[in-house]
Amino acid sequence: MKFTIEWLKDHLETKFSDSKIIDRLTNIGLEVESFNSQTSELDQFLIAKIVSSEKHPNADRLKVCEVDIGKNENVKVVCGAPNAKDNLITIYAPPGAVIPKNQMKLSVSNIRGVTSYGMLCSEAELKLSNESKGITELSTNKYKSKIGKNYFSNKAPKVVDLSITPNRADCLGVKGIARDLAAAGSGKLRKKNSIKIKFSGSQNLRVKITKEKNQGCSLFGSLLIKDVKNQESPKWLKDKLLAIGQKPISAIVDITNYVMLDLNRPLHAYDADKIDTGIIVRNSKKGESFEALDNKKYVLGENMCVITDKSGILGLGGIIGGTRSATEFKTKNILLESAYFYPKSIRTTSRLLGIDTDAKHRFERGIDPNSIEEGLFVAAELIQKICGGTISKKNIETVERFKQRKISFPIAKFQSITGLKASEKVVTKILDSLGFKVKKKKNILDLIVPSWRPDIEQEIDIVEEIARLIGYDKIATELPKKVRVRPTLNKQQKLFHFLQRSVASKGYLETVTWSFTDSKINNLFKEEKKEIEIVNPISSDLNVLRSSIFSNLIFYLKKNLERDFKDISMFEIGPIFTGSKPGEQEIVLAALKCGLTSRLNWIEKERKLDVFDAKRDLIQTLYEIGLDQNSINVDNKTPNYYHPGKSGVIYQDSLNKIPIAFFGEIHPNILQKAELKTDALIIFEIFLDRIKFQNKKLKDLKSQFQYSDFQKSERDFAFVIDKNFKVQELIKIISEVDKDLIKDIRVFDLYEGENIDKDKKSVALNVTIQSSQKSLTDDDLNKLNKLIISNVENKTGAKLRS
Amino acid sequence: MSDIIKIKEEYLNKLSKVSDLKQINQIKSELFGKSGKISNEFKKIGSLNSEERKGVSSELNATKSELQNFIERKIKDIEINEINSKLKNEKVDVTLPERSFSRGKIHPVSQVIDEISSIFSEIGFSVEEGPDVENEYNNFTALNTPENHPARDMHDTFYLDKNKEFLLRTHTSPVQVRTMLQGKPPFKIIAPGRTYRSDSDQTHAPMFHQVEGLHIDKNINMSHLKGCLNYFIKEFFEVDKIRMRFRPSHFPFTEPSAEVDIGYELKDGKIIIGEGDKWLEILGCGMVHPNVLRNVKVDPSKFQGYAFGIGIDRLAMLKYGINDLRAFFETDYRWLSHFGFDPLDVPSSYRGLSR
Repeated sequence: MKFTIEWLKDHLETKFSDSKIIDRLTNIGLEVESFNSQTSELDQFLIAKIVSSEKHPNADRLKVCEVDIGKNENVKVVCGAPNAKDNLITIYAPPGAVIPKNQMKLSVSNIRGVTSYGMLCSEAELKLSNESKGITELSTNKYKSKIGKNYFSNKAPKVVDLSITPNRADCLGVKGIARDLAAAGSGKLRKKNSIKIKFSGSQNLRVKITKEKNQGCSLFGSLLIKDVKNQESPKWLKDKLLAIGQKPISAIVDITNYVMLDLNRPLHAYDADKIDTGIIVRNSKKGESFEALDNKKYVLGENMCVITDKSGILGLGGIIGGTRSATEFKTKNILLESAYFYPKSIRTTSRLLGIDTDAKHRFERGIDPNSIEEGLFVAAELIQKICGGTISKKNIETVERFKQRKISFPIAKFQSITGLKASEKVVTKILDSLGFKVKKKKNILDLIVPSWRPDIEQEIDIVEEIARLIGYDKIATELPKKVRVRPTLNKQQKLFHFLQRSVASKGYLETVTWSFTDSKINNLFKEEKKEIEIVNPISSDLNVLRSSIFSNLIFYLKKNLERDFKDISMFEIGPIFTGSKPGEQEIVLAALKCGLTSRLNWIEKERKLDVFDAKRDLIQTLYEIGLDQNSINVDNKTPNYYHPGKSGVIYQDSLNKIPIAFFGEIHPNILQKAELKTDALIIFEIFLDRIKFQNKKLKDLKSQFQYSDFQKSERDFAFVIDKNFKVQELIKIISEVDKDLIKDIRVFDLYEGENIDKDKKSVALNVTIQSSQKSLTDDDLNKLNKLIISNVENKTGAKLRS
Repeated sequence: MSDIIKIKEEYLNKLSKVSDLKQINQIKSELFGKSGKISNEFKKIGSLNSEERKGVSSELNATKSELQNFIERKIKDIEINEINSKLKNEKVDVTLPERSFSRGKIHPVSQVIDEISSIFSEIGFSVEEGPDVENEYNNFTALNTPENHPARDMHDTFYLDKNKEFLLRTHTSPVQVRTMLQGKPPFKIIAPGRTYRSDSDQTHAPMFHQVEGLHIDKNINMSHLKGCLNYFIKEFFEVDKIRMRFRPSHFPFTEPSAEVDIGYELKDGKIIIGEGDKWLEILGCGMVHPNVLRNVKVDPSKFQGYAFGIGIDRLAMLKYGINDLRAFFETDYRWLSHFGFDPLDVPSSYRGLSR
């Protein structure tokens, strides 16, 4: 909503300075976006200095000038003026500027083989004088310090631009803003002189609002103005509109716009001679069409509120008029419309058709239904004053009468909500100046809400009115007490934070990427999951919710590889989506690492990353979050984006069928499809929501501390065993031989090849044995040795390697 | 001079000239071996009379221990000398690089969420979360934004079905609805998380982060709202004083509503939060609208309170001098390394929010 302070003062009697008014507007909830002069076409003309001028290589009369326009670099301008010379200060017009004399718009042009950026102007071209022989010569003394500044000072009045919140329909007119300021104590609302119109005759054009379901119009007021002489608006009106950036069209159109901007009362003027028989306000039928004033043809759907005559549609009520009945300079007779349309109807129609107009913006927020007559009379009086003519009596067709809204307001409510005391006197004064009818009944105010405030429905709305006009700064600042009665985070949230930092501490950079992704990349990781499309994506490559975080990580990995990073470790923790309903999502931590370890390190041998690097980072993380290392179970059923032979799945224990994590090398197909060029790419992912924890705190979970000082012994074994036999099982078998004595088992060698059958492998293990009761004798140890060997051999078919 | 003294003098002299272990061991056996000189002297004691025996034996013992001590000292000296001379050859250039390691970092959004949680934890808020996909009711209708309400235009919504029943939440406020529907007042929660609007340019990203705050109890009023936010902003920006302005505004789900500006100044192109004469809009808040309370089955005649919503990314930008919002989500390795936080830098009240 734009207006000038001068316009505001049509309605507000105030001694406040402009800056005080601006501050006050913001403080009462009418946020000032800007307070500047409207930019003018003349703002483009700059004071400039010719640094050097040379003869044009291909034209004797032209010069190529280097011109200083106050920027870092000079511009090159081809100029034909005889007086163009070094160090001359003159006026420069850049490409895009419009020359006042001939309204020519400049562009970058090629003048006989030399590119010229803009133009140096003569006084005549700028309409400063008739001097057209050469370019303007400015006095060096006066202008030498002003190079690059505007030549023309902008004399346009400053414009207030308010950002009006959707509840404040009443402030979409200057008068409403003045009323608010008056209520805030920034002046007095001016009383307007009563309108004196000599009416002649009645409005004899028949108007009918059809009675049907979903009728979008409840009131339709109109009057006829006959024998007008439409013309350009007078200067005061043009200036008012121009100042706020509106284009004057003709007196009739300008007046309807003016009344809308001034009183928030949209009007529409029809050329009455173009109306066939009479007006019918009805619902549209599907497929009906008309040409609107924006020169577009609209094909309508069902139940849109249309103003029609016998020949068809004239306009969309409250949104836009049609060309068929538009007023022109030759228009003689006008039908002036001032109506009330339901916000919901306006909104539905304009959204379906994609139209936004000033009228629509206002009707959609709720226009004062009691302003129909005022709007007609103010506009008619102005039209008559400017264009002459005779004014008929008004006609208001009514389908539904406006009902006044009443609210009983307990004064104590204000303090209860704001913590601020306000006297009944102050409250009454504010409400009264906002236009409420106030009646006091004990501790309650009986209020009648003004018809221009559709947003005020209940007590709390009254609290807000009083609070914003007294000022939020009057409300105390009660500092909070430092008391905590509940834990801040629950178990899952703690796990989230712990995992995040646990993985980061292993050298991974955390990233945050969109929850949506490109379906093409997502398909590489989606497996059998449902694709969740976004109906209105921001772009076609962000068109689905991600089924896996890897789709985004891979995409950005590629970008970083293209930036010449070779060894990259990064992860994200966030949602993936399994369906399009709330809750069909789960939290996943996905990490990737690519390239070599110890690249170009003088002391360490570099090597490609492999599945066991991924496993190390994953397993360490899982131990850190508190999973039991003895019960974690590893298997090799992984999703299809993992390398089928070099990846694993983790279950929380051997009975559990739900994977809590995957790790491995990525499937080579993905590297190829995503065109990733890297030495190696390993990934892992953890499904947080699937991890189960005991409901106990750590203090209850720690077992008693026991240790043994008896001697430790170590024994090495090498078993030749089936190639496909899992070492995890082998270790389990050994550890179960004697859970008390066997303290640790390490795999220190794996061998396949010469001297071993093709379908076998040799696994070398180191077993630590220690008793908590006594020092073990050689005999004890030998017994255990034999037991280990026999158990392994019997249960696995392995043979001790000799 | 007795033999004993002679031996002592001779060997102390010898020993003082010796410099390697071999020679010392040689001397050791010359003295204390089976037929060593000292051993021989001991053997002689047997042939002495008891009077002589006493004197010689004590002299001999004293000499023995003197020599032994001297030898031990000498051995230690030699060993130390040997280590020292060995070390001369073991010198490496320690300015060579260490074995490889890589540094991980925490994303600024995560760090700031932890900072925010830590601050609100101190005054008794707990953290709640809700799904990213919401239904139309929780995101709009329950929050007093019925269909056809112009306020819906302020949110450019991503929809997941043609009927506009399911959508990506446009704010974290639906967590208010979920929390209140699930429990009984009082409520005192914050809800940080991802939010989405189909809006993308220099200053808008289609996904961003908000933190919602909600405090409902019997006597919570606007002065508590002002106090809570004043406390939060001061703690977050780690300043002692802050200029704040509560400006009336409008949100369908709060009334009275306010937007909050904080004071700042520009110093060498950097924003300094605190006192300057410029205003920066930072959050929206207000008293929870009675219609919302009714929608979530809380009796507005008994309970009331405030809610607020803050842009997390924006807070991070202001606090840590990040200029470009979109860079948060572009996963540029250089950016993540530059703006990321060390994983051990966990914001907490006792060791401070940030280093």
